[in-house]
Amino acid sequence: MNEQLPALVVVIPLLFSFLIYLMGFIGRRMPYFLLLISSALTSLSSWKLLIRVIKEGPISYHIGGWEPPWGIEYRVDHLNGVLAFVVSLVAFLVILSFRERVEKEVEVSRWSQLYALFSLQLCGLLGITVTGDVFNLYVLLEIASFSAYAMVAIGKKGGEFSAFRYLIFGTIGACCYLLGVGHLYILTGSLNMVDIVNLLKNLPDSSALRVGLCLLVIGIGVKMALFPLHTWLPDAYSQAPSTVSAFLAPLATKVAGYVLLRILFWMFKPTFPSEKVLLEILGWLALIGAFFFSFMAIVQRELRRAFCYLLLSEISLLGMGVSSGNLDGLRGAILHLINDVFMMGCLFTSICAFIHLFENEGLKDLEGLGLKNPWVSLGFLIGGLSVIGIPPFGGFFSKWYLILGTIEGKKWHLLVGLLVSSLINAVLIFKILERIYLKGTHLELSKRLPFCFSVSLLSFSISLLLLGGLASTIVKKVIDPWIFSLGGF
Amino acid sequence: MYEVLRHYNYWLYVLLLALGLYGMMSKANLMKKLIAMGIFQWAIIYYFISIGAKKGGNIPIFPEHGIENLTIRAQDYVNPLPHVLMLTAIVVGVATTGIALALLIKIWQNWNTLEEDEILQRMRNE
Amino acid sequence: MDLQSGRVLMEKESLLPLLALLTPLFGSFLILLFGERRRNLREGTTLVISSLTLLWTFLMLEALNEGHILKKDLFELFPGLWFSFRADPFGMVFLLLSTSLWLIISIYSIGYMRSLNEHAQTRFFFCFSLAILGAIGVALSSNLASLFVFYEILTVSTFFLVAHEESPEALRAGRKYLVYLLSGASLGLFGIVYLWARYGNLSFLEGGFIGEVKDWALTFVFLVTFLGFGTKAALMPFHEWLPSAMIAPTPVSALLHAVAVVKAGVFTCLRILYFVFGAKDFPLGFLLGLSLFVSFTVIGANLLAIREDNLKRRLAFSTVNNLAVILLGGLMLSKEALKGAILHIPFHGFMKITLFMCAGSIYVSSKRERVSELDGIGHSMPFTMGAFTVAALGLCGIPPLCGFLSKWYLCLGTLEASKKWFLLVWLTSAFLDAVYFLPIVYRAFFKGKKDPMIKEAPLSMTIPLLLTALGSVVLGLFPNFLFHLLDLVKMVISSFWGV
Repeated sequence: MNEQLPALVVVIPLLFSFLIYLMGFIGRRMPYFLLLISSALTSLSSWKLLIRVIKEGPISYHIGGWEPPWGIEYRVDHLNGVLAFVVSLVAFLVILSFRERVEKEVEVSRWSQLYALFSLQLCGLLGITVTGDVFNLYVLLEIASFSAYAMVAIGKKGGEFSAFRYLIFGTIGACCYLLGVGHLYILTGSLNMVDIVNLLKNLPDSSALRVGLCLLVIGIGVKMALFPLHTWLPDAYSQAPSTVSAFLAPLATKVAGYVLLRILFWMFKPTFPSEKVLLEILGWLALIGAFFFSFMAIVQRELRRAFCYLLLSEISLLGMGVSSGNLDGLRGAILHLINDVFMMGCLFTSICAFIHLFENEGLKDLEGLGLKNPWVSLGFLIGGLSVIGIPPFGGFFSKWYLILGTIEGKKWHLLVGLLVSSLINAVLIFKILERIYLKGTHLELSKRLPFCFSVSLLSFSISLLLLGGLASTIVKKVIDPWIFSLGGF
Repeated sequence: MYEVLRHYNYWLYVLLLALGLYGMMSKANLMKKLIAMGIFQWAIIYYFISIGAKKGGNIPIFPEHGIENLTIRAQDYVNPLPHVLMLTAIVVGVATTGIALALLIKIWQNWNTLEEDEILQRMRNE
Repeated sequence: MDLQSGRVLMEKESLLPLLALLTPLFGSFLILLFGERRRNLREGTTLVISSLTLLWTFLMLEALNEGHILKKDLFELFPGLWFSFRADPFGMVFLLLSTSLWLIISIYSIGYMRSLNEHAQTRFFFCFSLAILGAIGVALSSNLASLFVFYEILTVSTFFLVAHEESPEALRAGRKYLVYLLSGASLGLFGIVYLWARYGNLSFLEGGFIGEVKDWALTFVFLVTFLGFGTKAALMPFHEWLPSAMIAPTPVSALLHAVAVVKAGVFTCLRILYFVFGAKDFPLGFLLGLSLFVSFTVIGANLLAIREDNLKRRLAFSTVNNLAVILLGGLMLSKEALKGAILHIPFHGFMKITLFMCAGSIYVSSKRERVSELDGIGHSMPFTMGAFTVAALGLCGIPPLCGFLSKWYLCLGTLEASKKWFLLVWLTSAFLDAVYFLPIVYRAFFKGKKDPMIKEAPLSMTIPLLLTALGSVVLGLFPNFLFHLLDLVKMVISSFWGV
């Protein structure tokens, strides 16, 4: 069982998704529990995988027994090990919370379909994370995207139009990625990541290679919602059912962010000639994006749209960390990746809970929540404070490294962007906190939050606190080994 | 200059890519967008397949018997890998089109039109 | 106990610093648990934890007497940077101020909140404990990163206190508060991370670890960091949040002004100046320029105070003045001036908290908030106004109150550092102090008649303020009473300049 872990992580959700769909014909409640079991098993497997990677170093798994570079390889090193674990854990926490919500938002006939889609999406995301083959990544990227398009469309009326636009834009992105893969294949003759790294070392610089790199980055940029390739995200995530955005928001874009890190730092090193220019451009785009998104977040009236823009600005922070291109900037980017999964999971699950309680999405309706339901308020409080970067929560520690990276790299424009966008985000967060804690309420709260929801929210809050305390451990055990394995730092 | 113009397969795919992109961006009708997306995807498929082609290349299938006597040189056979990859990509393209069509049906059911600006208008009125 | 200065102090591991932090932390959650339904238990918790924390503080003081600086390293915040605490003499001064005044203000605020039947009392006491936790953490931190953690906890917890009233003005004041303090903290964070990037060390060391400040980049970073943390110390022109924050209930204003937020700002600035940068060898004229900048606050705040009719706002500007006095004393770079500056931290604390508690009592008894309404109130509330007079005279620098002592050292230090012109600043400031404090006293006792409707505030409020007023007198006569403040200050001085 131990040797099969890299594949298990992907296969379990895949098999379960079919099972869930079939079980939908037999029972109404069964599919949900199957989904829960699926994500629990996946989390366990990814945890064991992570432990194995920390102890033994990168693991290589050959699908079907075919050796790379002819066969497809699943290669788990520290970076994707920790990401796989984080993604499956947060997926589990979100799934834990949302049963009642799904049952309210989606018609009965579609429950099992939606649960199956969740499992399929999880499979796609984890596959992207553990795979070591660039074309396999494309396939899994598309699996994740399809499930996302379908998930966004299930639900209320505006969803399917946003889903269609998402589909068009997402397909352009994936096709750009595929084109990039094509360029790489033409130049190196291989699709295996490790192999490509070795082959690239001997290649002379050529415009084909540069274009390939750019296409890869653009393709991933669409999936990651980097400025200005982000336009699909606010509509898609705010028109989708609240549970779907709670699942997609923390996970999908972050996995794409991981792919960007893999491409820019692991396959093509920063010493690659045109990469410096690329990083510089990325930095400026991220900077503009951070300002733009933070401002947009403040002026929104709907809570979920505001948080979508907050999500976008957090992704821009990731872009800034990447652009610094040095050791600490990279540490900050990876730590930020990990933290952001939890932070966004916390915030979007809180929104889910809030909508569940009040059937309303406006910012105004938050008033007085603090007194009525402590868990939801706690979710907003801790998630919000972490986003701004207030210690002792996780967000502070990644912000520290990001700032450190910009100072060491002498990228003062990024430094200003980091500090100012956090402050602008603080405006949004405290606007919300003010509404929650400092306004009296006329709202009558007739509903109670389901127990699992509260458990999930509490777990998120505690994990954000733990991420703060464990930041040093994470850096030492997981991030640094990966960065030093890159060489050249 | 001749070096660049010679590779007409690339020019073909660039043309199709541009057509597809243009269609996706500028057409208001969702169905037309979908068709343009299809063109975009097929362009990429042509691109991949074209790079595997070789002058005078044979089909990459070995006979069942007598393989020991053959000297196998890679340049005699068309590269099969892009073909295999593109099989997958075609499947992906089909699935994408399928989902898109399903979405279009639902959009038609909900809004009774497939024009983007009209849908936006009706959404705003809601 | 007899603390001796000039002795070499040794570090020793101990759980006490950790206890001093955990007590308010757990206490605050207990307060949340007890809630409004078990208010007496909740209030009892506040009193118990404040007393306990005071106990821990005295135990740490005892250890200093035996020549030990107690420390505790918790865990690594970042690889190579520990979350660690250290009860050194300078930190102990701030710690003693915070914990002793916490006990007093707890008693006072219980009386205040109950008399006014205030809303959201649980939230109030919960945020209060967390704010004190922040102050204690700032005092005990042994490096800039740990300090920053508690600095931000202080900002967030006090935000909810400032906006407590939940009225539109209170919310506006809260937002202004956040804008100023979070922006300042961002600048400070930049400075901290820059220092970490350049020196790989953020621990406080007597005499600093930077050595000579030769290049302008470092000077710029120092300036930015100083100003960033200086927003919490209400340096002009970043002071506006403080008068606006007076909209909060009086125990909060007393807390903000005497204890937690502003003193944390001043404390941090001095820590950076002396324990990180070593306070020497700045580029020519830089410190002079900074001192002039701070003097502007000293005079300007007092001038603005004269114009204020709202009592609490007038006291707010007086605080801005006193904080700048402390910073200016620190910038003089001389033994006596530093002595005066550090002593002024607790001395001003005691006097200002008395003044605020009086303002609160006046509000509770008569609903009056303006100086112009205070005619004759001295006859109706003799004890309260008596305490007010004592504290006001102390802030003007009249012996034998403690305010005189700190100002005396400051003046001495100015002469010692050969910066004679700054004497003018002290004298002008003292003169202006009299201009806006003495009329209040005059009005209270010598104008108007006794209003039979107004009586003294409840005992739970009057006794604390009498205690702190008494404390101002006692500390002026016996500066080493109970807290060994003078000895602690001498220890700090000797660690920088030798004996």
